Amino acid sequence: MIQSMVHVLLALISAPLLQGVINRVKAFFGGRRGQPLLQPYFDMIRLLRKGAVYGNTTTWIFRISSLAAAAGPAAILALLPLGRVPAMLSFNGDMIVLVYMLAAVRFLMVLGAMDTGSSFEGMGASREVLLAALSEVAFMLCLAALAAAAGSFSLSGVYREMDTFGPVSVMSATVLLILLLSENCRIPVDDPRTHLELTMIHEVMVLDHCGIDLCLIQYGSALKLWVFSALFSGICFPFAGRSLWADLLAGLAGVFATAVVTGVIESTMARIRMKRLPEMLSLASVLALTAFLWEILV
Amino acid sequence: MNGLAEILIMLLMLTNFRLLGSSRLPACISTVAFQAVLLGAITLTTAGWRLSPWVIILTASTLAVKGVLLPALLRKAVRDVGISREIQPFVGFGTSVLLGAVLLSVCFIISRPFLDSAASEQSRMLIPGAMFTIMSGMFIIITRKKALTQVLGYLAMENGIYAFGTSLAVEAPFLVEIGMLLDVFVAVFVMGIVIYRINQEFDHMDTHKLTELRD
Repeated sequence: MIQSMVHVLLALISAPLLQGVINRVKAFFGGRRGQPLLQPYFDMIRLLRKGAVYGNTTTWIFRISSLAAAAGPAAILALLPLGRVPAMLSFNGDMIVLVYMLAAVRFLMVLGAMDTGSSFEGMGASREVLLAALSEVAFMLCLAALAAAAGSFSLSGVYREMDTFGPVSVMSATVLLILLLSENCRIPVDDPRTHLELTMIHEVMVLDHCGIDLCLIQYGSALKLWVFSALFSGICFPFAGRSLWADLLAGLAGVFATAVVTGVIESTMARIRMKRLPEMLSLASVLALTAFLWEILV
Repeated sequence: MNGLAEILIMLLMLTNFRLLGSSRLPACISTVAFQAVLLGAITLTTAGWRLSPWVIILTASTLAVKGVLLPALLRKAVRDVGISREIQPFVGFGTSVLLGAVLLSVCFIISRPFLDSAASEQSRMLIPGAMFTIMSGMFIIITRKKALTQVLGYLAMENGIYAFGTSLAVEAPFLVEIGMLLDVFVAVFVMGIVIYRINQEFDHMDTHKLTELRD
């Protein structure tokens, strides 16, 4: 159990480092040296030292949205197994809790964006909800396939069983990779560094946040990246060591390897046209459905 | 080897989704060729590496005809005709993929009674995979307008039948398989010529416009 707590602690501390790793990989592919690995931390510290400014139209919803953006993913960490290391909390159906906690965070973020009354933020919110509605189907079906394969409805049980390299694990790893890219606004879906509001999806929702609110949102998105990286790497690199400490180390290595993979994908792919994103996500759903049918109907 | 065979079969299912969802003819042609290569690999893995000369000859000739010769022929047809996209099929590409998912679940359900008659443990999952390949080939023939895409659907269907054969018997009668291969080759050859003629005669290769012909 101590390993699970260490995992949550490490995730809380080193989640922004994942974004630093991705940025360094992208810089490497661009032939640059890139920003320091700890730049996300520096950014957050700089934001923390600034005061907060709230628009006249905003209400308390706007303030709790940024709080939820950090608190939600932090709470999810308690449900998250890292490779073979079980989660701090595990019970039957915790995977559904995880999906809906992510959905609740998104709901509050969207409300916060609408609360500002800015037309740009409304547009971003509508795009975010469109993508979420499609990716949730894929996420649920993928978790269902994994649950059917492992015969367990808790994430820790699923990841403990994950040791064979079969078709279902290949498919769900693919689906989770697509979800990682789309949920965390990575390049084929959304460009986290874009400067044009019209092309933004996620970033446009946080245009009106500043100071501590923006810091919380950035920290929350780093945690969310950690959640998806852990889900992906647990399937992609199933490693069963002698002790849980070895598993913990392997899981951490897997999470950072996932960050490198994400960086490579971001540097080698172009953004997909907005019109074609639903196609990509419905393809992920079809993949997940195939894996699910494969498991239950035979 | 169980995992490897299953991954190959899963890939076979996924190639059908690519076939259903892609509008580019060259991509579809490569997908069908890849299906043939996959089938060769599946035959070898499900035979459990107990290779008889017949299996090797059959796999090699299938690969040569369906993986190299026919795709080259079809690519030439695409070049001659100068059309590289299927435009406005009767059922859109996104819808086709979703219907494909429905078809896949149907295939899983209807293949259940057959599962016990599979030739080996590894080829159990090949039965739904083969059925899905047949069904999606048929679906493509029904819903696409261009003659070339219909030929591709026919080839996918043929691949499915071949897969079904391998799933039920490790060594199907050699003459039957060779005969089938010859049939397919001749059929595609003739279709290639017909496509070229249709295109020359009417400046397009939409088959549904042929129904409007009057004398």
